Amino acid sequence: MSTTVGVVVFPGTNCEMDAVTAVERLGGEGRLLWHADDDVAGVDAVIVPGGFAHGDYLRPGAIARFSPMMGAITRFAADGGPVVGICNGFQVLTEAGLLPGALQKNSGLKFLCQPTALRVDSIDSVLTCRAVFGAELSVPINHFEGNYTCDVETLARLRDEDRIVLRYVDNPNGSVDDIAGVCNEERNVVGLMPHPERACDELLGSIDGEVLISSLLGSSPVVAA
Amino acid sequence: MRYDVLVDVRLRGGIADPAGATIERALPALGYDGVVGVTVGKTVRFTIEATDEVEATSRSEDLCSSFLTNPVIEDATVTVTLVDDGFDA
Repeated sequence: MSTTVGVVVFPGTNCEMDAVTAVERLGGEGRLLWHADDDVAGVDAVIVPGGFAHGDYLRPGAIARFSPMMGAITRFAADGGPVVGICNGFQVLTEAGLLPGALQKNSGLKFLCQPTALRVDSIDSVLTCRAVFGAELSVPINHFEGNYTCDVETLARLRDEDRIVLRYVDNPNGSVDDIAGVCNEERNVVGLMPHPERACDELLGSIDGEVLISSLLGSSPVVAA
Repeated sequence: MRYDVLVDVRLRGGIADPAGATIERALPALGYDGVVGVTVGKTVRFTIEATDEVEATSRSEDLCSSFLTNPVIEDATVTVTLVDDGFDA
């Protein structure tokens, strides 16, 4: 029985089919979840994909967090369900309070679209549980507001609790402590700015994202049971 | 009663303001020397119904902290002004 991954679609989302394609290449089943619906339809894991939910008006993710689906995802996460937010999805999860911190404009004031090297700094999360600690992965970024920030107390907690799961090897956007991805206390909600779903095919220049997406597939209860 | 509300949103101290820094760097080339402390924020304006100024301010500040700003990176000041529509004696 394959893992079913719900991929959330807001008005303005544009990476949903990239996520579905990556999930299905790795043996899972992708199912689109419309933002206005208020349940996750029995999926085993959830991806909040990239794009410009609600046009990024006000702030990226500020309006998306009020969609009924976000309430359903919050309940799903509270029950231990694996949730990953990619790029705009990461911004949505921080605005929704499922992850700490916020994403501000890149320090260089440029939209960045390029491959980046990531280092796996924790394998204790739903996104990195099949990765090798310390491994470097080539995964592309594609964002203007990817500069992760948080207050010093939050940063200290993230470090002490080993919740910085991915760091940039060569920080492209000014993120504090080179943070590319973080997880919640329970380690079942992860957000990251790079796009692992776009690094799952040799044609795209890298398959290093496969270990991250397959971690998510493997972390769902249906496979773990 | 109706009140005009002006919300002035600014990045918090310590949060990088690349837009403000870029504008400040450009000013000398335009002949504006000695201009420092440039910051870029945003304003939100709306009109709200409330029984009095206290309620108008309270509801506006609540709306501001729950939606209009992200307290991790932004601060805001709320200014409330009674709308003079000519009907109040």
